[in-house]
Amino acid sequence: MSDFDVRYTARLARLNLSEEEIAKFQSQLSQVLAFVEKLREVDVTGVEPTAHTNPLYNVFREDRERDWFDAKEALANAPRQANGLFVVAKVVE
Amino acid sequence: MELTSLSLSEVREELRAKNVSPLEVLQALEERIARVDPAIRGYVARDFESAAAQAKNADVSLPLGGIPIAIKDVINVLGEPCACASKILRGYRSPYDATVVKKLRAAGAIPYGRTNMDEFAMGSSTENSSISPTYNPWDTSRIPGGSSGGSAAVVAADEAFAALGSDTGGSIRQPAALCGCAGLKPSYGRVSRFGLVAFASSLDQIGPFTKTVRDSALMLNAISGLDTQDSTSLDEPVPDYAATLGQDIKGLRLGMPKEYFVGGIDPRVDETVRAAIRHYESLGAEIVEVSLPHTGHAVGVYYIIATAEASANLARFDGVRYGHRAAGAANLLEQYGKTREEGFGAEVKRRIILGTYVLSSGYYDAYYLRAQKVRTLIRRDFTTAFDKVDAIVCPTSPEPAFKIGERSDDPLRMYLADIFTIAANLAGICGISIPCGFAQADGKALPIGLQLLGKPFDEARLLKLAHAYEQSTPWHKQKPVL
Repeated sequence: MSDFDVRYTARLARLNLSEEEIAKFQSQLSQVLAFVEKLREVDVTGVEPTAHTNPLYNVFREDRERDWFDAKEALANAPRQANGLFVVAKVVE
Repeated sequence: MELTSLSLSEVREELRAKNVSPLEVLQALEERIARVDPAIRGYVARDFESAAAQAKNADVSLPLGGIPIAIKDVINVLGEPCACASKILRGYRSPYDATVVKKLRAAGAIPYGRTNMDEFAMGSSTENSSISPTYNPWDTSRIPGGSSGGSAAVVAADEAFAALGSDTGGSIRQPAALCGCAGLKPSYGRVSRFGLVAFASSLDQIGPFTKTVRDSALMLNAISGLDTQDSTSLDEPVPDYAATLGQDIKGLRLGMPKEYFVGGIDPRVDETVRAAIRHYESLGAEIVEVSLPHTGHAVGVYYIIATAEASANLARFDGVRYGHRAAGAANLLEQYGKTREEGFGAEVKRRIILGTYVLSSGYYDAYYLRAQKVRTLIRRDFTTAFDKVDAIVCPTSPEPAFKIGERSDDPLRMYLADIFTIAANLAGICGISIPCGFAQADGKALPIGLQLLGKPFDEARLLKLAHAYEQSTPWHKQKPVL
């Protein structure tokens, strides 16, 4: 927990933060992490983790084409588009 | 009597008897909203034009025929905005209907308005909305609860007959308690989440806000059931939830969890909830003390699991396919970072950071995996308790509505507002909050909520118990003065 570093974590999350936010979150989230430290007191030996609460495994459907968005609908909310494609900033030099 | 003060069931009777037309109902609602919503700010968007067109063709013989329903801004409605009260989705229009909206339409209901919320459903006060706070109808200097604060406030203020909300850690039950209406969180898997913008996928459920328990049953009838578009929805039979209302509750066993009646709870809430439990006894229910030993760990487990899942779910907001995109980025990485910096509010950023951290290399086992194991123990607590009792009864919120701004800069204190509601999401069980009295503060009456928790897929019994209490007490009939 002493290693908690907002600046580094923000980079992992692809989330730019201001210096002010970094300082504030560092202190606020350190408090939250100190609070969750309490979980270390619980004996979890031999306990299976719960991913979600229903007894469901491998829900499959038939591999068939379904009616879904056409390109125009899929692009309707795009901030930038051209030729039926999403346009983004340069990825490779 | 104003048309808008009727419950959903009552307005349904009026519609069926042809005493009033769907268009007249909609117009009455529109007038009410115009009059009271400037002080409440429960709505973020409304579309009466499209709703009026639907009202003209409404079939009032359907289960919810011609009844307008408000929808939280996190559920997709075809052609309508769905911004999750976030700047990052400003201008977004839904290209499809969520399954719950499709089902409501099939039952004859008319979606007409989007309700305010904490951004991406993260919060307990609706102050984290990027648009405006929502104000509690009972005292507009106070918060309505959250994250579905808009849905709760508009139902309480007679600006809606019913509303949909979502509940990840109490976001339906807590605002229902603080605004004095009924709020139902169905069991995990009961209602499809297809079209609900995901916050924490192993916890999220959609459910109704209503003026009465009978109305909750009617809403649940309409939205429940298996959906092949949501692989976590279960193929369990959907009973008529209204059918068992009014049946005797004599001999049913209600568990009082001793861990929920300890320090840190407002004495007015403690006293009121204890009185409600005595009332159940007088109705013939048997009260049994139960223990949920891992209660003290629920908030910690929740803020690890929910933030972890949120950090993954919110990765989709990258400025590529929809929503806000920052200008002037030199490359794609910069575009992601700046878009998310500009688009997300403080609480969403905090949770993304926390969730990313607990999932990051070297910390996963210590935080996320451990939290999932303690989650198993919390589920077991409930399984053991439900061997002895039919339902659990406790407070919904440790206190009545607090003042706006009182804790907006103290995240940990805000997180503790969900202390009694979180465990139900972790365990996947169902829960409902109903009004059980009032606390007086500054000359205002502030609603107090009673929470009933039931076994997975035992909503029928939960509603029967809630209805028995409601029908033998006056609380649900009281309205805020607006």
